Amino acid sequence: MNRPVIPIVPAPAGGDGNGENVWLYEKRTQIYPRSVKGWFAGWRWALVWLTQLVFYGTPWLTWNNRPAVLFNLEARRFYIFDLVLYPQDFIYLTALLIVCAYSLFLFTAVAGRLWCGFACPQTVYTEMFLWVERHIEGDRMARMKRDAGPRSFDLIWRKSAKHAAWLAIGLITGFTFVGYFTPIRTLGAEALSLGFGPWEWFWVLFYGFATYGNAGWLREQVCLYMCPYARFQSAMFDHDTMIVSYDPQRGEPRGSRPRSADPRALGKGDCIDCSLCVQVCPTGIDIRDGLQYACIGCAACIDVCDDVMDKMKYPRGLIRFATQNGLANRFDRKQTLRRVFRPRVLIYSAVLLLICGAFVTSLALRSPFRVDVVRDRGALARMVGEGLIENVYRLQVMNSTEAVQRFRVKVGGIDGATVTSRPDFEVGPAEARWLPVSVQISPETASKIGPGVHQLHFEIETVDSDGDKAEVKEKSTFVVPR
Amino acid sequence: MSDFFSNGWSVFVAAASIVSMLLCLVLLATAARRRVMSNDNTTGHVWDEDLQELNNPLPRWWMWLFIITVLFSFAYLALYPGAGSRAGTLGWSSAGQHQAEQDAARAAMQPVYARYASASAETLMQDPAAMGIGERLFVNNCAACHGSDAHGSKGFPNLTDADWLHGGDHATIIKTITEGRVGMMPPLAAVVGDAKDLSNVAQYVLSLSGAKHDAAAATAGQAKFAVCAGCHGADGKGNQAVGAPNLTDKIWLHGFGEEAILAMINHGKTNVMPAQAQRLTTEQIHVLGAYVMSLSRNAAPATP
Repeated sequence: MNRPVIPIVPAPAGGDGNGENVWLYEKRTQIYPRSVKGWFAGWRWALVWLTQLVFYGTPWLTWNNRPAVLFNLEARRFYIFDLVLYPQDFIYLTALLIVCAYSLFLFTAVAGRLWCGFACPQTVYTEMFLWVERHIEGDRMARMKRDAGPRSFDLIWRKSAKHAAWLAIGLITGFTFVGYFTPIRTLGAEALSLGFGPWEWFWVLFYGFATYGNAGWLREQVCLYMCPYARFQSAMFDHDTMIVSYDPQRGEPRGSRPRSADPRALGKGDCIDCSLCVQVCPTGIDIRDGLQYACIGCAACIDVCDDVMDKMKYPRGLIRFATQNGLANRFDRKQTLRRVFRPRVLIYSAVLLLICGAFVTSLALRSPFRVDVVRDRGALARMVGEGLIENVYRLQVMNSTEAVQRFRVKVGGIDGATVTSRPDFEVGPAEARWLPVSVQISPETASKIGPGVHQLHFEIETVDSDGDKAEVKEKSTFVVPR
Repeated sequence: MSDFFSNGWSVFVAAASIVSMLLCLVLLATAARRRVMSNDNTTGHVWDEDLQELNNPLPRWWMWLFIITVLFSFAYLALYPGAGSRAGTLGWSSAGQHQAEQDAARAAMQPVYARYASASAETLMQDPAAMGIGERLFVNNCAACHGSDAHGSKGFPNLTDADWLHGGDHATIIKTITEGRVGMMPPLAAVVGDAKDLSNVAQYVLSLSGAKHDAAAATAGQAKFAVCAGCHGADGKGNQAVGAPNLTDKIWLHGFGEEAILAMINHGKTNVMPAQAQRLTTEQIHVLGAYVMSLSRNAAPATP
């Protein structure tokens, strides 16, 4: 079987076989990715626009006279359009993370590192920073030439301009990030007078410099040496996963040839060994060496190779999204696609759909308020007047709407138990309120149910809210002393 | 480091920290270079027939990160406590940080309470924000004994009725909260007389509030009540100056019935409310006092 071998990038200067000392750390080689145009590059730019419009735009949206999305850490209220979430709603974040994880499993199983190549912030910001770099310093060849040359005025002003632009993007990103936690209009006013609070300063600068450092300086180093996801992803691949692949059967033996020549006659494959696929690669690998951990699946090599194939008047797809099985068994497109519907993918999809369904349903059916019942810590039970037994509870009522809500509290579970404190109360918008509630039973009831701990439940319902009524039931206990 | 009886441990801990940090650097220096025995980019080691160790070098900035973390540790040890019992040049301590946070919180509260400091109790009771603060202060500081609903319990006075042991005006409530109270009923069995007398007095006490009682016994006990009258008054209406409860209402702080009354006469009772001056500021007590007053605002008079 003609399966490509996974190569290991050789380190420079090995020993001569007689026991030489070598460094286990090497100087990083700068990568100058060449710009690329094409179908996949277009998709990457579409995703850059989409993700960044959402990221930079969302904090500016207004809803109910407040920011549409605001995570108020100090007040511990999380506003997402109509939703007002409490820390107690953490389960929704859990569900969201599970959805993300399963989406990742699914996408990776079907088409490899789609996330890495198109949507990961590291890729997206690197793409933006590369665009800036290209417009100030020129494309790959110009950059390499200038960097190799002497320290000229031309080099210095271009580098300064580039870093200034990068820093500006970084700071705007940091500012936007903090805008999710402090209303961004307030933050904007503070920015004009440089009047940020200490934490705002820290996060604007930290997030800003992290963006600048990651997308400007570290780039592929993050993917190669820092990202854990890059390493465990290969565990999610199988031989039917679509990955960026070079077709060696078609391409080899590679070599240059005149455009007019027939490669078969020369005994050559379709690869003209122009090395453009290496030049465009953001991680600096040669895809012709086969699947390797450094490949982030960005498909830049596919775009550039298709261009070359067009020029050579060869069919496209020498480098393409293909499966290992497909390459080995010469599957056509249809056969490859049919194998997408394999058990692993179907199971991932089913679980993902199930969780999404549960997530949306539980959000839609979410009660407009939440109640916790805590038994009063002072006394288990007490005798009131002539033999009445009273228990005291504290109800925490959390209003998860932005309107004042009025409630009435009732008890059930023990016949004859009555609420003797005021049963009606009001809770302000997005307010959590503690209320003492007393529940009494008569001496007759007490002797009937006997001493001990009895089940009791509270029913809290909204009153006079126009239209639908909401009710929450919470369990507790009632203690009758001996 | 009062945990240890000898300073030697402190020196040991400091030395162990510093030496191990230095050893990290030594390890890096010695392990960053390897003698390779082959020139095919492997270390020349082979296990399990064909398993070879390849040399895939990390980028050098990674090594610098390692060095920076070690340097950071040294800077940290110099600035903060950690090298044995050494305090660190910044003089940081957890107690100090706690104190600083407390001071900051107090300073932040200052303007909130400043608004209420000169307000009368009547004004405060009309102010929902002040009452909200009062409620939270009550729940955090008072509810443990008096209950979340302030209804109290056996031995812990109900604050929502109109009955006051020491007085229910704002100034008296503030004094009660600030200084605490000690209510002391002495054992009086010996003074009252024999068991028959005691029972009669108890029946008389029951009769004062119109509870079910033995009329004959109560009449017999009336004379012996003179012993009680010293504090509770000849009419049994109590005396706020000494904190003696009113016996003519239906409020039974220490229990209802002849048995409970006899227990009080026989054994007496010292009931203590602790002083809160250490826990709360004067301004907080000012607001809290008004809140406590507001609790009984709508209570019906307790006397029958």
